[in-house]
Parts: sequence; structure tokens; C-alpha cells
Amino acid sequence: MNIEGKVWRYGDNIDTDVIIPARYLNTFDPAELAKHCMVDIDETFAPNVKAGDIMVGGKNFGCGSSREHAPVAIKASGIPVVIAASFARIFYRNGINIGLPLLEIGDDVEKISADDVLKIDTDTGTIENLTTGDTFHAHPLPAFVQEIAKAGGLINYIKSKN
Amino acid sequence: MAMTMSEKILARHAGLDAVEAGQLIICDLDLVMANDVTGPPSIKEFEKIGRPVFDANKIALVPDHFQPAKDIKSADLAKTMRDFARKNKIKYYFEQGRVGIEHVILPEFGIVAPGMLIIGADSHTCTYGAVNAFSTGVGTTDLAVGLATGKAWFKVPEAINVHLTGEKPKNICGKDVILTLIGKIGVDGALYKALEFTGEGVNELSMTDRLTISNMAIEAGAKAGVFPFDERTKFYVANRVKKPFEPIYADEDAEYCATVEINLSELKPVVALPHLPENVKPVDELGEIKINQVVIGSCTNGRLEDLSIAAGILRGRKVHPDVRCIIIPGSQEIYKEAMRCRWIEIFIDAGCVVSCPTCGPCLGGYMGILSAGERCVSTTNRNFRGRMGHVDSEVYLASPFVAAASAITGKISTPEEAIQFGIRNLEFGIKIPKSSKLIRNEEC
Repeated sequence: MNIEGKVWRYGDNIDTDVIIPARYLNTFDPAELAKHCMVDIDETFAPNVKAGDIMVGGKNFGCGSSREHAPVAIKASGIPVVIAASFARIFYRNGINIGLPLLEIGDDVEKISADDVLKIDTDTGTIENLTTGDTFHAHPLPAFVQEIAKAGGLINYIKSKN
Repeated sequence: MAMTMSEKILARHAGLDAVEAGQLIICDLDLVMANDVTGPPSIKEFEKIGRPVFDANKIALVPDHFQPAKDIKSADLAKTMRDFARKNKIKYYFEQGRVGIEHVILPEFGIVAPGMLIIGADSHTCTYGAVNAFSTGVGTTDLAVGLATGKAWFKVPEAINVHLTGEKPKNICGKDVILTLIGKIGVDGALYKALEFTGEGVNELSMTDRLTISNMAIEAGAKAGVFPFDERTKFYVANRVKKPFEPIYADEDAEYCATVEINLSELKPVVALPHLPENVKPVDELGEIKINQVVIGSCTNGRLEDLSIAAGILRGRKVHPDVRCIIIPGSQEIYKEAMRCRWIEIFIDAGCVVSCPTCGPCLGGYMGILSAGERCVSTTNRNFRGRMGHVDSEVYLASPFVAAASAITGKISTPEEAIQFGIRNLEFGIKIPKSSKLIRNEEC
């Protein structure tokens, strides 16, 4: 999948409580969750995010609660891919499982700033920063995980094995 | 090949003789668990798969987060889970009045046992490592697949050896141990890894201490936090677990990716400052930090021993006029024992609120939400921005010793600082009566 979009840039240790605060967890309607995504650290995100924009975080992105509401809220905001230096383990599984590609690029993340425009090939993990001219390569996904991603998430993958 | 406890449990459940770190495997699960926040979306995903539940006797559904229902939407969530549990004859579903906090009641009722492999749609599912299980948090979709298939995929984690030595001082509990560890290695210090606890210091730790420590393994990014099986574990599970189980032991020459040394005798009461659990500082280095609220409870510190610590400090003293102190027993059995021991009376006489078991304020659900600019000392597990309420509120994570002492002084305090505020000498916890059923099973 090829994606070109503008960057929403966040720092290290973005936890799932700020991605979607618990006061909104009494629903799991994706559109409703998207309305409150990131609200506690960035009130401008939900009203201004455009389909195809890209979210970029630092290390340990998605730490904390196991709430799958967090990647669901990001995906429902129109974000097709999240890039980070590293991801927290449960968030990483959840992203893969719902078909939200997550690309881990380590320290190269420092070369991406807010509002940069990135061009991404999620199959190869190649990321071009069209604003700066830099190119990075994400750590490749294990083959088994790629199969889940290709099926569009774990539920579809399991159904295909029925 | 020498293996860690984590590797052995995963190998056993994958039907393999041996596994090594990094290997991707599919395992059979002994228990699949969810709560009222994560259960309903899991049920929705589960229904898309179009299979029956894999085993109604190996599923636990615990309505503890927003229950008794805090609003109409939360009542709807509870109803979804209740209807599903009834329809599918789920063995471990607990209704209000019988339910407690998931990670308190599952060990207390003997539903989790040594050697088991467990997933739960709650990040603090790692708590059960304290009873020598491999247990980890997952999201909605993994849980849905677990409900349908009884299986999950795992990447075998490397393990960090947390080597414990020395004697535990009287004003220190499991919370200080785990906060000190997280302060040392950071909130991503064990990312994708398991923590395994070793050394003679393990003997110093009560089951309550161990449950607190394993509970917060996730706060260092860990997949699990596993304790060895010893006499104390044996005693704890003997009166609770009704089915056969097989404890797991690490090989002596098991390979760890790192070792962290903690000498318990050197530990001081600590708190984690806002807004990350790794911002750990000794209480006596803080200066004066005034507070508005104290919460004593949660899956981290809502057990009988935690309440005994709080009662020991609050007995004969009053909560500071500027402070609200909320005490939440983790289960109905703990509530009852605390009542029988007259600790509930101590709490109410001191000016505390005592709530029914619930996760409530820990995740900013209800029963103690913070206003802008307010500070809370809490025995819970996370102090992220906005975690317990307004985005401009602050949470300081601490042990029940520090939380109870701070409730009295109105500022973050060591238990020693609370002495002058009462009629009695400071006691580090009230002795729990030997007749108490719960504790009889915890002390050897």
C-alpha cells in the first residue's frame, strides 16, 4: 500500500490514556472514539486531521492500557499508518490485529517533524520524507505478522482458516 | 537447552520440548479473561468469527471497571457481557455483589494457578505472574480469537533477571520494590521482554507484595512478571486452587538478556511523580507537596494486607481537613474481613470514604475523579496525564504506607512523618487476626 500524507508529530511514551481517555471508553463506536482522539495532549488533532494524514511518535508509543479503543480511534480518524521509534507491545499487537500498519524506525524518527509530507510503501517499509529528502527503512515485519496484515487483521485471518 | 520460566510455560503450551527467545509460536490457553470495558467489543469481534466459545470453563468475564454502572452506556456494556455470559454458560462470570477487581479475585478464588498460560483484555493481566503463571495483557481482537479458538500467537520474550537480595524494611512493601525497579529501567526498560524474579529476597515478599510487583510489570513495558514457585506460593494456592497444576522452575543456567540487582534492605519509601511511573523519587527528598485526595485500592494495592497497612496508620488519627481519602477493598471477601477486623470503622472514624470493590478512580472512571490542578496520592498503577480526571490534575503513585500517611499530613509523607498527628505510636500495619480466612492462606 502506498500512502502520502502530512505528519502529526508526537513525543516519547504516548500512552493509550491520552490517545483515548477512559472517560470515553463507555462506547466502542469508532467514529465516536475518533472525535476524542489525542484530546488531552492535542485539542487540534481531532477537528483538523484529514484522511491520509500520518501519525508519528517517539519511543514506546501506545504504552499503558490494553484498550484497543486506542488504535481504533487513530484508524477511525483517517490515519492509515503510524510510525514510531518503538511501540509498546500490546498496542503493537492491537494495531496489527485491526489492520493498522505500524512502522518501527528507531532513531530515524528524529528526522521527521510536524507537517512534513511523507511517502510510504507499507509493503517494503520504505519511508520518503518529501519535505527533507531523507529516506528511511522500517524494521521488516515477521512473515506471520505480514500474513495477518495482508488479511486485513486477525479476525479475517482466522476466518480464512475456518 | 536451558530455559527461563517464561520459555518453559510457553513451550509447554505450544506442545514443544523447547523454545527460544524470538521464536513465534501458537499456544493453547488455560484462561481467557475480559472486563466490562474490553469484553463487549471482544464479544462483537468474536461473533464475526462464527464459532462457539472454545471452552466455557476457561473464560472469566469480570464487570469491575465502570460497575455498578456509572452511566447508561456503561450499563449497556455490562448488559452485553452479562447476556453473553448467560447465553454461553461462562463459568467465571461474577455479578455485582459477588464481583471484585479482576486481578484481585482471580488469584483469591484460585482461578489462576502456577504454570498456567493466561491472556486477558486488560494490561494488568500480568498480575498472575505472582502465582508462577505466564500471564499477559492483550487487546479486543486477540481476546476475541482466544474466546473462539483457545489459542494465541506469541513471540517468545527474552527475560530480564530481577535479582532480589536483603531484608525488606518494615515501612517498605511490594509497591516500593516495583516503583524502584521501574525508576531504574524506565517505562520501556522491559519492552517486549519478561521480568523474572530470582534471589533470596523473594522469600521476603508476601504474596500481596508479589501480586503488586507482577501487576506493574507492564509499567516497565514487560510482557509478564513471573515469580518462582516456593513454599509461600504453595501455601497460597493450596487452599484456593481446586484443580491440578504444575509449577514451573527456571533452569539454573537459563539465559537472561540482562540482570538488575535490587537489595531490599536499601529501599526507601518512594513515589512516582507525574506523569510517568518511571519518575521515581524517595519521599524524604520531595519537600512539601500538598495534596487534595488519596486513593487506597485497585488491582495493585487493594488487598487485605494493603488495608491492614492503611488501618495501622489511620487508627486513632484523622484525615487532614483539606484531603479526601477514598478506600476501595479489592473484593467482597476483603471488604468483609476488613469489617470483621474493624478496619472499616477505623477508616470511617478517620474521615475516609469506603467504596465497594471497583477499578473506579484508577482510570478516571468514577468514584473520585480529579478536578483541574488537584493532586492525588494513589496506590494505583498509572500517573499518565489525565489518568484520574482533568488533564491538569496530578497523580503520585505510592505504597499504602505513604498514601495513608499523606492522607493524615495533607502532604506527601513517609509513615514516620504521620506519628505526630495521632494519639498512638506509629504502627506499621495492624496484625491481621489468625482467624482470618484470607490471611491464613497467605502467611506460612
